Amino acid sequence: MQRFSFFQLALNALDRHRSWPAFWRAAAPRESYDTVIVGAGGHGLATAYYLAKNHGITDVAVLEKGWLGGGNTGRNTTIIRSNYLWDESAHLYEHALKLWEGLSTELNLNVMLSQRGVLNLAHNLHDVREGVRRVQANRLNGIDAEWLSPEQVKEFCPIIDIDARRRHPVLGATLQRRGGVARHDAVAWGYARAADARGVDIVQNCEVTGIDVENGRITGLQTTRGAIRARRVGLVAAGHSSVLAGMAGFRLPVQSHPLQALVSEPIKPILDCVVMSNAVHVYVSQSDKGELVMGAGIDAFNSYAQRGSFHVIEHQMGALLELFPIFSRLRMMRTWGGIVDVCPDASPIIGRTPVDGLFINCGWGTGGFKATPGSGWVFAHTIATGEPHPLNAPFRLDRFTSGALIDEHGAAAVAH
Amino acid sequence: MTGYRLPAGGAVDRTRPLGFTFDGRDRSGFAGDTLASALIAAGVRVVGRSFKYHRPRGIYSAGPEEPSALVQLGRGPWSEPNVRATQVDLYAGLEASPVNVWPSLRFDAGAINQFLSPLLVAGFYYKTFLGPRGWWRRVYEPAIRRMAGMGKAPDEPDPDLYDHAHVHADLLVVGAGPAGLAAARAAAAAGIRVVLADDGAQAGGDLLTSSATIEGRPGAAWAAETAAALGAMSDVTVLSRTTVLGLYDHGYAVAVERRTDHRPPGACPGHARQRVWHVRAARTIVAAGSHERPLLFAGNDRPGVMLSGAVRTYARRFGVACGRSPVFVTNNDSAYVAAIALADAGVPPVALVDLRPVPPPAASKALADRGVEILAGRVPVAVHGRAGVRGIDVRALDGDRTTGSLRRLECDLVAVSGGWNPAVHLLGQLRAGLTWDEAHATFRPETLPAGLAVAGAAGGTFSLAGCIAAGHAAGEDASAAARGRGGRRPVPATAPEEEAETPLLPFWGLSQGSRGKAFVDLQNDVTAADIALAAREGFHSVEHVKRYTTSGMGTDQGKLGNVTTVALLSRALARPMGETGTTTYRAPYVPVAYGALAGRHVGALFDPERITPIHARHVAAHAVFENVGQWKRPHYFPRNAEDMARAVERECRAVRGAVGMMDASTLGKIEVRGPDAARFLDRFYVNPIASLVVGACRYGVMCREDGMVFDDGVVMRLAPDRFFVTTTTGGAARVLDWFEEWHQTEWPELKVFSTSVTEQWATVAVAGPRSRDVLARLMPEADLSAAAFAFMTFRDVTVAGMPARLARVSFSGELAFEISVEGTLGEAMWDAVAEAGAPFGITPYGTEAMHVLRAEKGFFMVGHETDGTVTPIDLGLERMVAKRKDFLGKRSLSRDDTARSDRKQLVALLPDDPGTLLDEGAQLVDEAVLRTPMPMVGHVTSSYRSAALGRTFALALIRNGRARIGERVYAPLVRPAAGEMMVSAVIAEPVLYDPSGARRDG
Repeated sequence: MQRFSFFQLALNALDRHRSWPAFWRAAAPRESYDTVIVGAGGHGLATAYYLAKNHGITDVAVLEKGWLGGGNTGRNTTIIRSNYLWDESAHLYEHALKLWEGLSTELNLNVMLSQRGVLNLAHNLHDVREGVRRVQANRLNGIDAEWLSPEQVKEFCPIIDIDARRRHPVLGATLQRRGGVARHDAVAWGYARAADARGVDIVQNCEVTGIDVENGRITGLQTTRGAIRARRVGLVAAGHSSVLAGMAGFRLPVQSHPLQALVSEPIKPILDCVVMSNAVHVYVSQSDKGELVMGAGIDAFNSYAQRGSFHVIEHQMGALLELFPIFSRLRMMRTWGGIVDVCPDASPIIGRTPVDGLFINCGWGTGGFKATPGSGWVFAHTIATGEPHPLNAPFRLDRFTSGALIDEHGAAAVAH
Repeated sequence: MTGYRLPAGGAVDRTRPLGFTFDGRDRSGFAGDTLASALIAAGVRVVGRSFKYHRPRGIYSAGPEEPSALVQLGRGPWSEPNVRATQVDLYAGLEASPVNVWPSLRFDAGAINQFLSPLLVAGFYYKTFLGPRGWWRRVYEPAIRRMAGMGKAPDEPDPDLYDHAHVHADLLVVGAGPAGLAAARAAAAAGIRVVLADDGAQAGGDLLTSSATIEGRPGAAWAAETAAALGAMSDVTVLSRTTVLGLYDHGYAVAVERRTDHRPPGACPGHARQRVWHVRAARTIVAAGSHERPLLFAGNDRPGVMLSGAVRTYARRFGVACGRSPVFVTNNDSAYVAAIALADAGVPPVALVDLRPVPPPAASKALADRGVEILAGRVPVAVHGRAGVRGIDVRALDGDRTTGSLRRLECDLVAVSGGWNPAVHLLGQLRAGLTWDEAHATFRPETLPAGLAVAGAAGGTFSLAGCIAAGHAAGEDASAAARGRGGRRPVPATAPEEEAETPLLPFWGLSQGSRGKAFVDLQNDVTAADIALAAREGFHSVEHVKRYTTSGMGTDQGKLGNVTTVALLSRALARPMGETGTTTYRAPYVPVAYGALAGRHVGALFDPERITPIHARHVAAHAVFENVGQWKRPHYFPRNAEDMARAVERECRAVRGAVGMMDASTLGKIEVRGPDAARFLDRFYVNPIASLVVGACRYGVMCREDGMVFDDGVVMRLAPDRFFVTTTTGGAARVLDWFEEWHQTEWPELKVFSTSVTEQWATVAVAGPRSRDVLARLMPEADLSAAAFAFMTFRDVTVAGMPARLARVSFSGELAFEISVEGTLGEAMWDAVAEAGAPFGITPYGTEAMHVLRAEKGFFMVGHETDGTVTPIDLGLERMVAKRKDFLGKRSLSRDDTARSDRKQLVALLPDDPGTLLDEGAQLVDEAVLRTPMPMVGHVTSSYRSAALGRTFALALIRNGRARIGERVYAPLVRPAAGEMMVSAVIAEPVLYDPSGARRDG
């Protein structure tokens, strides 16, 4: 792998950048692998990378039906934070955030982590109660969290309207200063490049069409590019998790919904933090390119089409202007949609499945991007050892049978 | 200073000059100008700077595809960034300034990036800024961020109004060019309902610049007459200045109409600035035209290089010459038309450079007749002039290399045409199949979803006669589909006859023999070399290339550059264009104001504010309100400048000591009716409902499937087949949805209807030991004794002369009544109760006092003590949970984890210091010394000062709490005061006040 650095950039400028190698090989699938990961999004690529790096397993292929990073990794609003309520989630997301903090160096690719702080606004007494509760829980778990008064909110983000006469006035906010955003595509590319350098085959345009199970054990996969034998398989295909589970003969407690996001035209910097509001329902940040990046709520219906309903966006804009009346004349430049797999408790499933040798990582709902490094880390551990990492042990599939749910509807911040 | 106003021609009104300013300088144009045409006429060449390199840029096009001429329009609250000058109708006093320049357009500090450009290639930022540690955050990113963005957001709220409108139609026609007009006319003639939307101020599209005639009339006149005739028809809606932004499934389309943007700011008070149209049409014809494609050569971004069609438009429509000595460069026939138009307008081109070895015979003769030199088989290799074209060098073209000697052409305008891309954006949004059209070197639609048709240039038909015929046929098809008839009118005839097309020569830039940057995306400064770099680095998907290079990610969303990107990538990978494909088309077709999207749903109307029929009384009583769901509820009623604590204490004392009254109208109310109503409700509530007798009430709790408490309320049985259910204030809609979801999807066989009646009733709760005395004054005849009117019963009675439903329910533990009347009588009943209670000191109380009173009694509150993780058993309701019947969530309650005996359970907390109030939401730990991480055993769900108890108390959910009564836990303070970090408290039984329940009957 050719190292990236300013020196290399300058060196390559001399021959007008004609000597840069590819980020990853255009691998064709082999007949057999020790481990196959289905889904070359951030989570799948991170899994492959940590399988190679932490566990020395390099006979690995990552299969992607389209282009790598083209699913929810490339469609989210790039928010990173770890201020979840329950211990189980807080530890998992905090592990991810710690990995984020060293990720550009680790991958030798600038993922543009921007820790500019995440505000979660409270608009009624219930929000205040839940916000205080979460700040307290975060602190006791060693996660940075603060409770801000409306005046402190205004100080931290001067363009928010905190007028108490508004329909949904700002009554306070939680703040995680270490939260922020990152360049989502770069995360996928960085993990792909680093995994490829350790010998992992990343196979794009290769859709899984069947899962071969013999005597309750995985033996391989059918794909649009031929059959592939594998001793172990990890499914990391957000949006289509339940489709793949169906191929392996089991069901998931997952509902798939469209979720939209959108960006404004680029404008000069005006919003220097991430602002989220569950009650009026908007989350927004400004990218380093100057676009306001915003997410909407999920569409109520189930769908596998990566498109959502227009009225959801219209409502979203009312919410945005409630907080930022000065944004009214700015313009929405592009919208898009992804498919989120939502679990009943708004927490993911990471672990074993009823099929031996088949593992699943799914159900991240609307908030999987922030977990990318941590998710890959613990899923690689689970696949490599056959047993969950302590951090993902609570996120087992059978919690829906046992009732040991991890209800994060409050912290997920997108109304489900 | 090269552009100028031609002495004659164009559709501008030369008798109405309009003054405006650009970049602080006074300029003048005419009515009918766009900002772009007026700027060109005023001789302005550089109008802005590009995003990355800050290269000077001029106006490139004449339409919505404009990548370069972005301006900041207006000032103060009307200020608007990134407006395309090509789409701004000029008005008197217009103020515009360039974006992305500092300190000025001419001396722009960011232009230093041009010298760094060898380093600033596609994706450079992924490869650098990696160290030293902390520098990204402190040094690099802030520097990059300062460079971000184009225009500036306004710093004041928007003074304008926005609207939404809905329209249903048989047919939506997108675009009122020749094809769209022909389509709309043919369809409207059959009498179907047609909506015709066009983004221009006048209908006509390309006809506005054409010299052709239709039905013997000049194109522009025919268009105006046809549009006027359509507008006069009752079933036709013609929307001008209306851009269709998106097409969605089932014939749904969204468009934005710019209603006042062509007038000065504030000139149309009371009128919506923009209106978003929601169109639902059985069929849609997309006649959106096409966009001209630039040619790829070094320096193709210099001010003075622009699209040849735009040059023609400025000349013919606005009477503006874009230069004094133009050179045309083309690989197809269309530039000939433009060159002839310019020559005829008195601006003879220096030359026309045709990349093709053999130019079209008739057109080149027409041009030669006008004295224009035609240089066939040549290609530009260099553009001279930094802030404005001074000349170009051309050489002979051989494949993608050059041969022969260099020739310099002195010129101040390079009008380019690289072919035309059908505007397939809307079709693409609906996932129409696109195919690579080798002849036109572009993508055109091939397969269309049902109900969608395409006509004219958007479908790859470029001749005028072809557009008219295609539009006419599509309109006839639509009317035939809607009415079963069509074909009643002849296809409009066009003249003159058009010359057969000489095939276009696809050209994607020189592979060598040229120095300097050839731009693919002008706004984001993406060059041909950037695309090649991306391909070399393994980005083989066009979606990857877009994201890596940012090509097509500007405000124009790549309307000019995307096909070129596909072509360059395909060439680099030696792959067919069709295999590379396009990026995903997404709404909106052009950027749209947030305000327009929000429409009227802003400010107070963002979310409807719900008030009870008694609201005015609370306002008069100076109540402080609390938002509960959409409702405004009195939080407390301060008197004589009381603070909240004092007011609440007074209100609580009144209820416990005498009598209080509260407005309980916001509780959700659902009437459930039908022969199966009892069975139906029995399946929702954890406790039995079917056994309820008529005239009785029962408190009920319902769970989700997971066994977690979801809502609660009182159920009254009005008749054997009729129940009246109350829900929490915030939960009414959720509960009704829940009822409907199960009824419609799982139990459709049950004969039952659920109807929301929340707003039909107003309810006054009267609580306290003297409440019976108050009621007795209102209904002296009635026997209200506990024996005659038992707790948890109700009856329909007359109270103060008003028909009312009187129930004996209590949420405070005191003797209490709830009087419900029809909503219109709410105020009268409130007044009657207040008057009857006056001798007893009746006191209105708000939600906070209600909370204190219920918490003293250990009554849980949905949303306080429950958060979706709490079972009825956790709340101490084991005895309520039915053993014999089934209900939603019952099976979940027996799951291993849900059935654990050491779950978090509802208890009370008594702080060791009776004056210390615990924070609601505070976490609880078992150790007195703070450390992190620290295991949490529960949290405070409600916390109050109690007048009745003479101390503070709280409710909490604590792990295994019921077995820990008497033990001590600790709550770290959210904002610790000096020295004080923890509050200690003792766990207690949840019912702290009147545990025997003796006060209930008074």
